[in-house]
Amino acid sequence: MAEKPVAEQAGVAAPDPVAEILAALSEQYPDAVQADTRKGYSGIVVRPEKLVEVATALRDQLGYDYLSSATAVDYLGKGDHLEMVYHVYRIRQGGPALVFKALTPRVSATLPSLISVWPGADLQEREAYDLMGIRFEGHPNLKRILLWEGFNGHPLRKDWKEAYYEQDQKPFDSRWPGGKVHRAEENNPYGRNVSYPDDFTLEGYTPPDENSIYAGLGMGVSMQELASPGLETERLIVNLGPHHPSTHGVFRMIVTLNGETIESLEPVMGYLHRNHEKIGERNTFIQNMPFTDRLDYISSMSNNFGYAMAVEKLLALGARYQPPPYRAEVIRVLMAEFTRVVNHLWAIGFLLNDLGAFFTPALYAIGERELILDFFEATAGSRLMCNYMRFGGVFKDLPERIQGIPLLTNDRVRNEPTMDFLDSLINERLPRAVDELDRYLTKSEIMITRCEGVGVLPPEMAIAYSTAGPVLRASGVPYDIRRSDPYSIYPELDFDVAVRYNGDIYDRYLIRLDEIRQSIRILKQLLPRLRETEGQPIISGTKAYSPRVPEGEAYGRVENPKGELGFYVISDGGQNAWRYHVRAPSYINLTALSEMCKGHKIADVVAVLGSIDIVLGETDR
Amino acid sequence: MTHDDRGLKGLNNPDYPIPEELQSTIAVTSLDRIYNWTRAKSMWPLLFGLACCAIEMIATAASRYDLSRFGMEVMRASPRQADLLIVSGTVTKKMIVPIVRIYNQMPEPKYVLAMGACASGGGPFKEGYNVVSGIDTFIPVDVYVPGCPPTPQALMHGFLTLQKKIESQSLRTVPWYRSGESEAIPVPILGPDIIDPRQADLIRRHAEQAAASRDTTTPAPTEA
Amino acid sequence: MYGLGVLKGMGVTLKHFMDTYIEDIQFLGKGKKTDAAFQIRQGSRARSLGLFTVEYPEEKIAVPERFRFIPFLVTNNLDDEENPGKDWCTSCGICPKVCPPQCIWIVRGTDPETGRPKPEPEEFHIDIDLCMNCGLCAEFCPFDAIKMDHDYELASYDRSGHHIFDKQRLSKEFRYWRSIAPTISAEEAEARGGWEHKDTLKEKAKAARAAKPTQESAES
Ligand code: SF4
Ligand code: SF4
Ligand code: SF4
Repeated sequence: MAEKPVAEQAGVAAPDPVAEILAALSEQYPDAVQADTRKGYSGIVVRPEKLVEVATALRDQLGYDYLSSATAVDYLGKGDHLEMVYHVYRIRQGGPALVFKALTPRVSATLPSLISVWPGADLQEREAYDLMGIRFEGHPNLKRILLWEGFNGHPLRKDWKEAYYEQDQKPFDSRWPGGKVHRAEENNPYGRNVSYPDDFTLEGYTPPDENSIYAGLGMGVSMQELASPGLETERLIVNLGPHHPSTHGVFRMIVTLNGETIESLEPVMGYLHRNHEKIGERNTFIQNMPFTDRLDYISSMSNNFGYAMAVEKLLALGARYQPPPYRAEVIRVLMAEFTRVVNHLWAIGFLLNDLGAFFTPALYAIGERELILDFFEATAGSRLMCNYMRFGGVFKDLPERIQGIPLLTNDRVRNEPTMDFLDSLINERLPRAVDELDRYLTKSEIMITRCEGVGVLPPEMAIAYSTAGPVLRASGVPYDIRRSDPYSIYPELDFDVAVRYNGDIYDRYLIRLDEIRQSIRILKQLLPRLRETEGQPIISGTKAYSPRVPEGEAYGRVENPKGELGFYVISDGGQNAWRYHVRAPSYINLTALSEMCKGHKIADVVAVLGSIDIVLGETDR
Repeated sequence: MTHDDRGLKGLNNPDYPIPEELQSTIAVTSLDRIYNWTRAKSMWPLLFGLACCAIEMIATAASRYDLSRFGMEVMRASPRQADLLIVSGTVTKKMIVPIVRIYNQMPEPKYVLAMGACASGGGPFKEGYNVVSGIDTFIPVDVYVPGCPPTPQALMHGFLTLQKKIESQSLRTVPWYRSGESEAIPVPILGPDIIDPRQADLIRRHAEQAAASRDTTTPAPTEA
Repeated sequence: MYGLGVLKGMGVTLKHFMDTYIEDIQFLGKGKKTDAAFQIRQGSRARSLGLFTVEYPEEKIAVPERFRFIPFLVTNNLDDEENPGKDWCTSCGICPKVCPPQCIWIVRGTDPETGRPKPEPEEFHIDIDLCMNCGLCAEFCPFDAIKMDHDYELASYDRSGHHIFDKQRLSKEFRYWRSIAPTISAEEAEARGGWEHKDTLKEKAKAARAAKPTQESAES
């Protein structure tokens, strides 16, 4: 492609910026900032009263214009306070994160909202309010987000116990040596996964009505002012979802319509809130690995990658850490790039579904996906839930052959050498598939009419709303973690950061095609590396099911197909993570949804949503 | 099931022998059989995905596994036109409310297939505070397909199992031709935790017990 | 020209449509359902894009060796000379510890005479409604006693009775594991130093060592 846009390469990783920034900040705010000196921690602790000012200075003077992740930690029994942890980046220069924290007591926890500095804090602060119970002063819409209004308590607090609570940490003692089998229902007084507060009575309870959800949707404005002269319109609230054929799962949007034009949109989520983080804090480190598969269940391999990196960062704080061997890194990148191809093919196919071209384009798009899944199945053991990465390497080397073993009646066998399979897949079939998709869709007038100029997200807004991945890059911001904060063997690979400049649905479609092509380019470079490293170790050290993870915090992030996937893991030196937070790109990209949809027609909403490409497992976690 | 079962031969009632040469053109059958045959071979599933398992469900509907070979490709988006609910994924407390509504809206005869560990019995996330331990705690399930996720082939085995079930039903005993209206399942309420109206008595009893034990355990006066 | 893009796209659809017939012609007379044809249709070198339909249940894709479905327990073959059907599991407790959703329950066996723990499980349960098919149990079992099964055809009408697998339901002969995973089981056997259970091999080695000196002393 002649017009292929190539981004100027973002700068290489700078040395740890904390000391430098701290010096700059403490000049201005002498007693508001101090370094985090706990063992294994880094970053800056900011006094809550000055939080907004310091944040503004960070953004305006020091160039940290991108808030990536904001999450809360409960330090019950370790100082008894709640802590809000922010990770910010310089989006133009690249480089590692700057971490800053603000502390608040556990009782009546309150912090100033940073929405005015980084609007991308919106959903993340709501999540922290919902799950940790921190009130954010100045947040315009501080409601529960993953759970429902009226839910009892804030579940991520360490002293909050769920109905099926058994023990603080796995492994549970009841499993061995005297493991009498039982279902969790048998321990629960109601036989269900429920528990009610002590003073709860059915009679004294009135369920909140739906109107509380609709409150604040701008219904107060008089119709006359808005209606165009001579045309009588009526304002209408429409619920899309949670059961809707095109919302990519159980996602609900409440849209306020004026005629057919959208005035406001409120995403409602949590219909797939599976308590990933609460369970993750009970799990041992290795036990979390298969759970990460189920975050963004289309790209489980890259999820594994991100989590393995986060824990490896923690392990690196210890003395005897060995980084993964070279072959392991090659295989990891191979898997991650395959995942990107799978994910983008899927996203394109289902974007077309959302545009109304029901299923045929999707069928063509995901046809080749099956071959990649076959490869995953032969290598990792499962088509979707790969559970393939381990700390310090990968689960097993590539198999010699992609081969079925007949077992059931009528089983048919396929048998090919793996390298041949990869060869024809990477060099022939995938490029052919992308080209075909390109021919099929890109120039289609229907597609262009539906997509061009719809759902535009200007670059400043894309940064401000903390969007990531293809959504950000389609808006003309060439930010790709593989280049701007490189990890694994990406520095030695030759590829361009795809970027498009219009920020509409069409560009978000095009950029996915670009990225598939770039991924294929990477995959091609990996093939000789795979051949060269044949027989080399794929994991460093011995594989242990309970590795010793030193105390400290770590934030591992990878460029997932959907954007920056970050794992914020805190270890207190034990078997389990003290805090395990997932910075989910699908979730945070939705912050911008409302802005993108405003002023468009109702039929475009679904297309805009499709172009963001969310997966609910990751959105709701 | 062999290929022949799907054609006319599968419809034949073995009680009425048909000459060999006519077997592919004539079928003698009972009303039950033809009724079940027509239903089993043209299920209309609801287009409804919940979680990871839904991805495998879509893969099953896509060209490699191709649901239309079972007459199931007509996925309806509206529950009122569907007769098979595939619960494909983790059922959360927040989502069970719409699911029960959807189930109530489906016209009878209707079938429910629980796909995957989550829908069957809670799955890996069962211990979580927002997860329902199996869809069958709220709505009746006809077929369970274990696996996490079940592969497309496992799901298809589930469909075949369901077809077998349908084929064994009889017009005389199926509940939807009995007199009187069939009862809708009460929709759960989102309270401090999910409230199943069918459990009202139990909840009340526990609340009383809790209140009683609170009274007795009022702190004793502390000694000086 | 407006509309050309749509037409081009329709050309792609047409091509896909034709391809299915071309495929039929390709296998005309040779049979479409033979293993050789299957290899071409489902392999990476198929002539056209997209994969052609696998007509389950008349043909099924055989799953690869590493495929993971619900775990099973390995036991000695039933025609084993010394200990037919003996569990390989020594009830060491690693798999219930490593299992992420904690769906394994083991009662460790005790010696009825001494009351001391015995290296075999008395009861072994797996709740398959919890199991996430992650394979960690199989990966970390030091005795190669728990493995991931390949049989995915498990749909049932009732879960209360069937979905907690007990030891009997879980146990399968070693022969079975060897048949579904020839290379992996061979690798494992190599690591153990023989096809038998680790402990059996150890005992044998011990016996051999014990036998050797006596032999030598007898010879001298
Ligand atoms: S059974 Fe497994 S794959 Fe299916 S929804 Fe549950 S966690 Fe996801
Ligand atoms: S890890 Fe292996 S030997 Fe140990 S209890 Fe589990 S199955 Fe038995
Ligand atoms: S496969 Fe995973 S979830 Fe299932 S029993 Fe083994 S360790 Fe547990």
